[in-house]
Amino acid sequence: MTIEERVKKVVEDQLSVNQDQIIPEASFIDDLGADSLDTVELVMALEEEFGVEIPDDEAEKITKVGAAIEYIKAHVTE
Amino acid sequence: MQNWVCEGENVFDNGRRVVVTGLGAITPCGNTVQENWDNIKSGNSGIDLIKAFDTSEFSSRIGGEVKNFDPLDYIDRKEAKRMDRFVHFALAASQEAMISFEGKDIDGENIATIIGSGIGGIITFEKQHENLLSKGPGKISPFYIPMMISDMASGLVSIRYGLKGPNFCTVSACASGGNAIATSFMLIKNGYSDAALTGGTEGTISPMALGGFCSMKALSTRNDDPKTASRPFDVGRDGFVMSEGAGVVLLEELEHAKARGAEIFAELSGVGMSGDAYHMTSPVPGGAGAVHAMEMALRDAGLEPEEIDYINAHGTSTLYNDRAESEAIRSVFGERDSLHVSSTKSSTGHLLGAAAGIEFVVCVKALLEQTIPPTANLKDVDPECQVNHVTGRAAEKEMNHILSNSFGFGGHNVSLLLSKF
Repeated sequence: MTIEERVKKVVEDQLSVNQDQIIPEASFIDDLGADSLDTVELVMALEEEFGVEIPDDEAEKITKVGAAIEYIKAHVTE
Repeated sequence: MQNWVCEGENVFDNGRRVVVTGLGAITPCGNTVQENWDNIKSGNSGIDLIKAFDTSEFSSRIGGEVKNFDPLDYIDRKEAKRMDRFVHFALAASQEAMISFEGKDIDGENIATIIGSGIGGIITFEKQHENLLSKGPGKISPFYIPMMISDMASGLVSIRYGLKGPNFCTVSACASGGNAIATSFMLIKNGYSDAALTGGTEGTISPMALGGFCSMKALSTRNDDPKTASRPFDVGRDGFVMSEGAGVVLLEELEHAKARGAEIFAELSGVGMSGDAYHMTSPVPGGAGAVHAMEMALRDAGLEPEEIDYINAHGTSTLYNDRAESEAIRSVFGERDSLHVSSTKSSTGHLLGAAAGIEFVVCVKALLEQTIPPTANLKDVDPECQVNHVTGRAAEKEMNHILSNSFGFGGHNVSLLLSKF
């Protein structure tokens, strides 16, 4: 699986949403029904999946699917 | 024995009556009220070897696990994931208790939600503590606290049905569900609430809970014969059997219930609550605290001891409880053959904070069917536990009034008085 596919899979599992909703522009809170606790857990799940540490100030910027994909791509080699 | 009952008329009586209009049960004996009643009435045991985790190093390896339970039958996947097992049970039992509202709008403004739990989300606690130790504090789930805290059953049940009346959790160990029901009764009785969704829930089949009760030597170690391990009042008993599940009921002010055409199953005519003020875990010898609670329930209902037809005992299958409770029953009621006693924990095991909830449901069914469920596995009555036990199989009996007892570590005593409606 590519990084993009893996990120989308984490989002799908964490937020129990359909794959077709998980587009780069989708906001976790506004479009995918997440609350503030979900977003914290989502970041933890990404850290777990990719073996990275995402600092809090970076995590706060990851509000959309696209931002998550970009962050992981920038910090993990495929 | 000291007489605790104050003389004079019942100061609580203002004419409002509290009736039971909904029942929900999920236990090792079944996932619906009817399945539970059929098994409990027949003295069938829900106890088996614990399958949830490896128990090989524990002295007690038996328990009452809820079977064939899928939270997704009640809750969607995302919600279910962010709830502890004790909340899953509460939601399942609440759904059954609220069946009379199915397809109807609920005006929840004056409906309370009070669901007790003795321990709360210990399974979540253990899992997250493991995360702390193995991965560090940054890996503790943000859902850990809201999933673990004991009040979350009441909180999430109220959200599901839009119940905006008083909302909290009673925590009094194995009397938690009893305190919840008694408090709900008072809220309705005094006009604060029109109805209450109330009872108890527990999900403690976990290594830390099992290990903790094992260390206290509170649990039966009859691992080679799980189905007969819970044997209240029997000389051969060797401790209680830990179980999980929930018992939730809908209590309602009589006129409120009539106005919406709800079926009325029974009346809750009085409640008694007391404290032992004696010891962390042992009941006061002679059961003075239990006497106090039972006498307060009688006083609250304005009934005489001879009017009680059956007691669903706390009857945990521990030496201390069974003896103190038997003595307390004899103190209040004398040695009267017309008063029958049984402990349905012989079938269900001990659901801790949920016990009073499920036993309340059992008592309502007993009144409806005029049938006393037996104490299963009671073959050889402890001479210190002499009361008129119903053993072997269910007994048919004309009954108007039933008491249901629940006592908890910490010296909490609750006695609920149910009447035929």
